[in-house]
Amino acid sequence: MDIKVRVWRQAGPADQGRMVTYDVKGISPDASFLEMIDVLNETLILNGDDPIAFDHDCREGICGMCSMVINGVAHGPEKATTTCQLHMRHFSDGDVIDVEPWRARAFPVIKDLVVDRSAFDKIIQAGGYISVPTGTAPDAHATPVPKKDADAAFEAATCIACGACVAACPNGSSMLFTAAKITHLGLMPQGQPERDSRVIDMLQAQDDAGFGGCTNMGECAEVCPKGIPLSLIGRLNSDYRKAIAKH
Amino acid sequence: MAETEFWTEGDPIADQAAPDGPVETRWERRRFSAKLVNPANRRKLTVIIVGTGLAGGSAAATLAEAGYHVKSYCFQDSPRRAHSIAAQGGINAAKNYRNDGDSIYRLFYDTVKGGDFRARESNVYRLAQVSVNIIDQCVAQGVPFAREYGGLLDNRSFGGTQVSRTFYARGQTGQQLLLGAYQAMERQIGLGNIEMHTRHEMLELIVADGKARGIVVRDLVTGEITTEFADAVVLASGGYGNVFFLSTNAKGSNVTATWRAHRKGALFANPCYTQIHPTCIPESGSHQSKLTLMSESLRNDGRVWVPKAQNDKRAPGDIPEDERDYYLERIYPSFGNLVPRDIASRAAKNVCDEGRGVGPGGLGVYLDFADAIRRLGRKAVEAKYGNLFEMYQRITGEDPYEVPMRIYPAVHYTMGGLWVDYDLQSTIPGLFVIGEANFSDHGANRLGASALMQGLADGYFVLPNTINNYLAAGPFPKLDETHEAVVAARKQVEDRLARFLSINGDRTVDSFHRELGHIMWEYCGMERTEEGLTKAIGLIRALKEEFWTRVKVPGKGAELNQNLERAGRVADFFELAELMCIDALHRRESCGGHFRGESQTPDGEALRHDDEFSYVAAWEYATAEGGKPTLHKEALEFEYVHPSTRSYK
Repeated sequence: MDIKVRVWRQAGPADQGRMVTYDVKGISPDASFLEMIDVLNETLILNGDDPIAFDHDCREGICGMCSMVINGVAHGPEKATTTCQLHMRHFSDGDVIDVEPWRARAFPVIKDLVVDRSAFDKIIQAGGYISVPTGTAPDAHATPVPKKDADAAFEAATCIACGACVAACPNGSSMLFTAAKITHLGLMPQGQPERDSRVIDMLQAQDDAGFGGCTNMGECAEVCPKGIPLSLIGRLNSDYRKAIAKH
Repeated sequence: MAETEFWTEGDPIADQAAPDGPVETRWERRRFSAKLVNPANRRKLTVIIVGTGLAGGSAAATLAEAGYHVKSYCFQDSPRRAHSIAAQGGINAAKNYRNDGDSIYRLFYDTVKGGDFRARESNVYRLAQVSVNIIDQCVAQGVPFAREYGGLLDNRSFGGTQVSRTFYARGQTGQQLLLGAYQAMERQIGLGNIEMHTRHEMLELIVADGKARGIVVRDLVTGEITTEFADAVVLASGGYGNVFFLSTNAKGSNVTATWRAHRKGALFANPCYTQIHPTCIPESGSHQSKLTLMSESLRNDGRVWVPKAQNDKRAPGDIPEDERDYYLERIYPSFGNLVPRDIASRAAKNVCDEGRGVGPGGLGVYLDFADAIRRLGRKAVEAKYGNLFEMYQRITGEDPYEVPMRIYPAVHYTMGGLWVDYDLQSTIPGLFVIGEANFSDHGANRLGASALMQGLADGYFVLPNTINNYLAAGPFPKLDETHEAVVAARKQVEDRLARFLSINGDRTVDSFHRELGHIMWEYCGMERTEEGLTKAIGLIRALKEEFWTRVKVPGKGAELNQNLERAGRVADFFELAELMCIDALHRRESCGGHFRGESQTPDGEALRHDDEFSYVAAWEYATAEGGKPTLHKEALEFEYVHPSTRSYK
């Protein structure tokens, strides 16, 4: 396949950035989107140009590191797919493809397609855990968890923190990410003692990090590569109201 | 002592920290005899931990909870991205929740045997003991393991065991366990007990006055080089499977942290021990950057076959039943498609070598669910394996409900690593190594669901108990930038980076890495021979020389420069690759996945030589230019599980 890519190039946080067009020739339809950029980068290097910087690691759709907006959609056109698992066969010969970084106030661009997502870690630091120092745990069977709850908690826990939800949200809100963690921990008996403080503190941290407010647009759930449903945000809001009422 | 063209043999070594006496009480006695550090003194002590996967993340959280000051480093943008996150299957623990006769002793027994008698009994026993606490800890953290309707934990059986001892969280056990450790870590970061440095890479170990006292790191965003000091250094930097270029490892996984420590004097043990996983999606073309594993659990219902005839290009559906060779069921009737990883991998290689492989290039075998779909119905198969089928379809563009999957073996996990004693301390005092980065306790052929167990055992329970014994002698004299060891380590890093940037040749880093990977897969992969390994060493040396004259690394040092990062890692892979071949060359036995062509039974099975090779091969770096590495042997003794031949016929 021969395609054209228009890629966001930005040398550093202070640089203004611009779209630059590149021709990529003879790409296998079996190549992943990131492999297509690998091939392009090899050419750029040999031509003495600066290769495109982008984040990636496991290339199996689970580490959550890859982060590109492709033709205006976070992680590209395929539903429930990370960029590393998106393959060129979903594009056509001769296509022109736009590639941009996540864009959100809380995710400043570091270089080209690389952005800083450490704000997510700050939200977790504020309460996205169960306080249990090593070695103090009771036997695993001491607390039964209904299968229904365990399965629902697992579904929420599949969030890979890639940040697509934030990139897709017109407000740059991280509500879906936070809701996934609130739901995961809030559905288990182990998570109950800190349930109220968790939701209050995590929402505060979210605001402090510069994420926008949630106005229920639903764009986040549309692009989520793990299919985290929008309904979890409702759960978060309900937890928050209850917690505030008590405190 | 012996000397050959490629290596010198030095004095034997022994694990001085290993306790003796009954195996059941060794860990308890070691913990009691180890020195403690009182809580008020802990805050005066600093520990550096490199890597934030299951081992590094759990160790950082635990040491910080204990009151030590922890400085943690990872090259990713968040500790949660460590490659442990990609583990699918599960984690073993001797809980005996199924009442099927499991016990600590049985897990110990299975692991020593499954490791083909190339691991230490003391360490493996401790691993089995601690496994029980790991599950408790993770459940308390909220890890959403699979549950039964009664609310209790579910289990399944896994790779080559007869009991159900594997705990799992659908196909994402690694991600869920890692999130547990990551969240425990983030809590300590929030409390100020862990100083976290993401997007930082360790490029050198600082050994001052005979002790590991710090590291030299590069900030991957700004390119700034800094020196960081501590009272002890812990490496939890994972495995080195990426020496093969194509592997199931994350792209960033590398050997640099452990290799830098090796160059500073830490012995590197069993480097040639590579686990090849039989069920990966085959290579599809030269653009390919990595391989993807399909969970081993698929072999519970899938049947593996190839055409009986060579070069049979018909579509699988057009090949009648009596022209198919279900070779695993034929050769190993009692285990069939469920033979262990090394056996299944080599059998696939053999049929492909015979010209009976399927798919592009003939490097693939069918994993066929047609029978299972007929027997259980499509719906049941979908419920069991749906997510895996979807992943396969996504990557290959083929529908595995309609045509059989194609699979081929791939490099998955490395069992060599820095040599450590029972306390997990390397041969450099104050340098501890945990998880996949050390030479692991699984020996030559790992069973399924053991790696997660070892990572968490080391990080949550073993290291936090043993490191105190060392730290009790601290705090050590304050070190600063002017110490000659610090100046030298820093200069090594700066010179090296400058050299990469100055070569300005005509080949990319990746092109060298890919070529190195081909050599390693061809000659140091699933089957090795003396002739092939000798040839490989020559090829690697020539390619390494070419790398240092022709590589082109664009950009500058003082910026985010991903090619500069990669150049450093590939340079280390070259040196490691040579040592792997030398190690494979010297071990003239077949052992687990490490098949030496010269050492096989009349019917082609692996033939071990316990009389000659029942030892850990620990290599000392050849400091002189062009010198030979020195082999130190640590004898392995088996008091409880007596070496026997593994048979799956």
